[in-house]
Amino acid sequence: MLIHLSSPHIHSGDSIRSQMMSVIWALIPAALVSVYIFGWLAVLQISSCMLACLATEWLTLKWMGRSTSPIGDASAALTGLLLALTLPALTPWWMTILGGIFAIGLGKQVYGGLGYNPFNPALSARIILLISFPLQMTTWIIPLHASLSGLNLYDVSLAWTLFTSGIAALPQAVDAMTMASPLGYVKTAWTQGIGANEALQTYHYSYLNAFIGREAGSLGETSALALLLGGIYLLARHTITWHIPFSFLATVAVLAATANTLDPNHYTPPLFHLLAGGLMLCVFFMATDPVSSPVTPVGQLVFGVGCGVITWSIRTWGGYPEGAMFAVVLMNCAVPLIDHYCRPKVYGQARKKA
Amino acid sequence: MIKHFFKKLGFSSAPFAGGIQPDMQKWTESSAIEICPLPPLLIVPMKQHIGQACSSLVKVGDHVLRGQKIAKAEGYVSVPVHAPTSGKVIKIEEHAIPHPSGMGLASIFIEPDGLDERDTSLQPITDWQNMDVGALRERVRVCGIAGLGGAAFPTFIKLVQDQRNPIETVILNGIECEPFLTNDHRLMVEHSQEILHGMKIIMHMVGAKQGIIAIEDNKADAIQSMQDTVDDANIEGLNIHVRVLPTRYPQGSEKQLIEVIIGKQVPAGKLPMHVGVICQNIGTTKAIYEAVVLGYPLTERVMTVSGDAVPNKGNLLVRLGTSMRFIYAQRGLENFEGLQILHGGPMMGERLRHPDIPVIKSSTGLLALSQDFFKQAHAVEEPCIRCGHCSEACPIGLTPNLLADHCRNEQLEKAADYHLFDCIECGACSYVCPSHIPLVHYFRFGKGQAAQVRREQNFAEASRQRSESRDTRIQREKDEKAAKRKKVRATHAPTPTEAEQGKE
Ligand code: SF4
Ligand code: SF4
Repeated sequence: MLIHLSSPHIHSGDSIRSQMMSVIWALIPAALVSVYIFGWLAVLQISSCMLACLATEWLTLKWMGRSTSPIGDASAALTGLLLALTLPALTPWWMTILGGIFAIGLGKQVYGGLGYNPFNPALSARIILLISFPLQMTTWIIPLHASLSGLNLYDVSLAWTLFTSGIAALPQAVDAMTMASPLGYVKTAWTQGIGANEALQTYHYSYLNAFIGREAGSLGETSALALLLGGIYLLARHTITWHIPFSFLATVAVLAATANTLDPNHYTPPLFHLLAGGLMLCVFFMATDPVSSPVTPVGQLVFGVGCGVITWSIRTWGGYPEGAMFAVVLMNCAVPLIDHYCRPKVYGQARKKA
Repeated sequence: MIKHFFKKLGFSSAPFAGGIQPDMQKWTESSAIEICPLPPLLIVPMKQHIGQACSSLVKVGDHVLRGQKIAKAEGYVSVPVHAPTSGKVIKIEEHAIPHPSGMGLASIFIEPDGLDERDTSLQPITDWQNMDVGALRERVRVCGIAGLGGAAFPTFIKLVQDQRNPIETVILNGIECEPFLTNDHRLMVEHSQEILHGMKIIMHMVGAKQGIIAIEDNKADAIQSMQDTVDDANIEGLNIHVRVLPTRYPQGSEKQLIEVIIGKQVPAGKLPMHVGVICQNIGTTKAIYEAVVLGYPLTERVMTVSGDAVPNKGNLLVRLGTSMRFIYAQRGLENFEGLQILHGGPMMGERLRHPDIPVIKSSTGLLALSQDFFKQAHAVEEPCIRCGHCSEACPIGLTPNLLADHCRNEQLEKAADYHLFDCIECGACSYVCPSHIPLVHYFRFGKGQAAQVRREQNFAEASRQRSESRDTRIQREKDEKAAKRKKVRATHAPTPTEAEQGKE
């Protein structure tokens, strides 16, 4: 059915689905790294989370008596993948499923579906989980050290046991297999009066490991390299523009560098910040979520700077070791305001004083 | 600021903001212009330009000659209409014109006699260099020339010399950035001499020192042809140059082209002449040449006939008033079942309900698209995902998704604050929207609503004034009467009887 017949009568051929698919493609490197590091456990987490999201989408649409065709736009699948990648490998299965339901049900459909959600659905779910289950959400398995933790995650049955019965089902002591994330470790150390440098040393922190993904962290957050590849793909495909990633990362780097120069023992160095925690994932995949970020280029720069400031502040002074996700959500609230005041210059008009 | 910085570093790939690079589909770019035969009937609408409609000068049964004025201009913003060929006026009545609403307009129906005899009352002017500019302007007006690029604004109005706004530069718009269309392209290849001649006349008329012929880099043969002609002409010491620009839609839009060429924007509410520029379309320039040098009024134009449903695509020289159905038939298309037909290019052209509509001065192209082709652009609208692609594509610097929200909700004041009235309806935003939101459709709706509100306000204002003046008139009359009575009393020292008489 043709519903309107206004010009133009040709189209670029772009669609919501192609936008979403390109983000899914961009997440593939991170997903592969997670499978490499966490073996079957990653496969189980990712597939169950995606299934939960798709099922919730389908059920809510059915229940509301709407067409179920939005399933095909791949946005629910993307949410599932994205959420899974923010979860620790040892998340209990029911929490993963719950996360998927939260993401689609509370994060998206209650607002009226795709396009109306003020926050990225995966991000809202992750935050709900983090606040509700702080312990499970910050229990990190020692990555890729089968020798260290004594776990062979490439063993399907072991992964299945871990996924279904949780960590308690294992013979070894929990402590032997888990460790704090670098951000968490430094924060704890700091509260005990240990300086940043010393903390990093005792942690055996290595920039290289953090870059390629061998420090503790959530499934898809460990490898800055994989995320960076995905981000570059998105920029090249023109799914996102450089404004948010650039301003977000630059702000964190500048703040960290300044503080670090002033007091190196108190504040961690900028590179540590850039590689740590969920920053890369947040920068390229959550802050740039089109629905919840500003539309105009200037607005996006402002948004990115805001995210950067809040991230660094929470990491440095806040109660949580990681602040990137909270930063994005806080800035999401300001989006309508940013959009209103950061409109581009209109042809032939003198720029309005806002 | 950052953009400015990049510009300084020489990174400026897009001299105007936004823009898109659609698939140009210029399938007819190497088809030479062919002459479309005379149809058995010509239907000439009495308004083919922006402005006021003409009034008929002929009656049924009259015999007319080609180029004879058959309808005269009414008001300033208007140009006369001429008979496209010789023949007999068989009726004068309303007929559909190219308009999406399918609306009709009084039209003169002419049955050609096949002789195609010309009215020779207008003398050729060969020494226009020595002619009074006003007389040349009058010639352009009586020849019925209106912008052939699609807007059809009466051309003579732009051709003025104004002391306060001297014209420095004449820009010849050879951009033709609409996909499919190749009529200007072919004119530049085949008629570069006439075009250049027309340009010299324009420069003479407005007193411009410099002329620039702007052509996009996807028309190599047109660039070559114009360059060769200009090289020959520049021997005479003229300052005319060909400027090759990267292909980008909507570069052919007047405001964008001016910005690209002179690096200045036309301020809001001003005209190109306020920045010392006028733009002319290629076809119009050739028409000016014919009007002045040959003494031919505008009776024909070149148009592109294309689209995936047209078997024999091409560029045709068509008499104004020729039925579109006749033209399609000439190109092998007779069955319109399941097809969509467009008047103009695919980005800004309008969809027509049927092909029984005559060609007019603004007809740049005639497209026929299969339903499959057409559907791609008109898929079902999905929610806005706020991707910002529309803002990026907008050459004016608008935020189309936010603006569309305001239009949809009929928040007209907000829409105006978001510069609804600066939108040029170029369609770049709708073209890129992944959610297939018909943004331009909403902008038209918003503009229509605003016009409606304005009309109502004007009406209310006018009746308020009317009733106000009625009240004051009544009051005045009352006062006058009372004053008279006083006077009468005072001078006559009235007796009670007189006073009683005065009452009557
Ligand atoms: S291009 Fe379409 S989906 Fe994207 S912001 Fe504009 S209107 Fe919304
Ligand atoms: S149609 Fe209007 S809003 Fe859309 S891109 Fe063109 S000028 Fe901008």
